[in-house]
Amino acid sequence: MYNFEYRKAGSVDEAAGIVGSDEDAKLLAGGMTYIPTLKQRLASPTTVVDLNGVGGLDGISADGNGVTIGAMVRHAAVAASADVAAAIPALADLASHIGDPQVRNRGTLGGSIANNDPAADYPAALVGLGATVQTNKRAIAADDFFTGLFETALDQDEVVTSVSFPRAGKAAYMKFPNPASRYAIAGVFVAQAADGVRVAVTGAGPCVFRVGEMEAALAANWSADAVAGIGIPADGLNEDIHASAEYRAHLVTVMAKRAVAKAG
Amino acid sequence: MTVSVSLTVNGEAVSADVEPRTLLVQMLRENLDLTGTHVGCDTSQCGACVVHVDGESVKACTVLAVQAEGADVKTIEGVADGDTLHPMQQAFHENHGLQCGFCTPGMIMSALDLVKNNPAPSEKEIREWLEGNLCRCTGYHNIVKSIDAGAAAMRG
Repeated sequence: MYNFEYRKAGSVDEAAGIVGSDEDAKLLAGGMTYIPTLKQRLASPTTVVDLNGVGGLDGISADGNGVTIGAMVRHAAVAASADVAAAIPALADLASHIGDPQVRNRGTLGGSIANNDPAADYPAALVGLGATVQTNKRAIAADDFFTGLFETALDQDEVVTSVSFPRAGKAAYMKFPNPASRYAIAGVFVAQAADGVRVAVTGAGPCVFRVGEMEAALAANWSADAVAGIGIPADGLNEDIHASAEYRAHLVTVMAKRAVAKAG
Repeated sequence: MTVSVSLTVNGEAVSADVEPRTLLVQMLRENLDLTGTHVGCDTSQCGACVVHVDGESVKACTVLAVQAEGADVKTIEGVADGDTLHPMQQAFHENHGLQCGFCTPGMIMSALDLVKNNPAPSEKEIREWLEGNLCRCTGYHNIVKSIDAGAAAMRG
C-alpha cells in the first residue's frame, strides 16, 4: 500500500470540501473494497478521508412510501432491520447475503454504490427498485447514478448521504456468488416496482443494467416461465478466470428465473 | 510520518505509533506482539485475521489501524480466562476442531460473534456464518461440531 494522509471527517461538508479541493483525495466508508484496492496499489490517494463517525449517515427510516437508509449503514444493520424487512423484504435478504458476516459488519450502502463494483449486490437493488440516491448536493435516480465500470454520476465533491427505496410488490434477488469472495458472478433483482416491473442485472456486465425484454415479459405474465426463454447477448459481458461471458449470459437467465420463483 | 493510535486491546489501554497505511492486523502483530491473529490471504476472504472491534467481528486485514482509535478490540489472546480455556476454545480442543490450527483464531472469534447474537445456532446457521472463514485442513465438519458444542457449553 502506498502511504497517504489520513483525515477523519467531522461532517459531510468537511469531507466534501477535502475531496472537492484535491482530486487525488478519496473518501473511505466501510473500506471493504477500497482497502483491498489500496493494498493492491491500484490507487494512490494523497489523503484518505474517513467518513466513519460522521453523524447523521447511519439511520434507517420507513414510511408509507418506502425506506430511507443512511449512506453509512452497514449491510448487517440493513439485514437485521425490522423496518426494512417489513417494507421491502427482498432488500433485507439481499443485504444478508453480501460478502460474509465480517464484511457485512463493516461494509456500507453508500460505499458500495459510490464504488460501483461491477459485481456488487446493491446496484441491482437500487436499479431493480427504482431507488433515489440523495447526496449533499442533489437527488439522483438510480437509473442515472450508475454510469459505467466503477463509474457513477457523483461529482468530485459529492458525498452520498442516503438512499430511498420505494416499496414494491413482489420482489427478490438471486445471485450466483463467487465461492470465495461472495461477489456476484451474476445477480438478478426482479421487482414489481413502484413504476412497473424492473429486472436489474449485476455481476454480468461492466455495470448494472436492465433487461427490457424480461421486464415486458414479466409485466404480461409474472412467472419464471416467462423469462425462461429470454437470453441476453454475451457481447460486452465480463470475462475472467471464474466465468466466461457466455456463461455469465446463461446465468442471467437462470438467476432471473430463480428470482421470480423466489418472489412468488 | 506516523500517527499515534490509542485503543483498548483485551481490556488493556495500549498505544502505538503507526503509518496511516498500517493495517489493524499489522499493528496487533508487529507493534503489540499479539501474533495469535493470523494473516492468511490478506484479501479479506479467509478470515484468519478476525478480531472483535467494539464487540463485532471484523477482518483485521481490511481495517486501518488508525480507524481503531478509541476502539475496544478483542483478539484470541483475550478470550481465555488466565490458564482456563474459554468454553469455545475448549470445545475446539475436545472436538478436534483443528488440524494445522492456522485458521483457528479467526474461527473462534467468528464463532463468538455468532453465539453473541444467536446463542443456539443450527448446523445450517453455523455453516452459513462461516462463509467468511476458510479452513484448508478439516473439511469443516469438526469445526461445526466444535461451535455447536461451544455454544451449548456457553448456554450452560
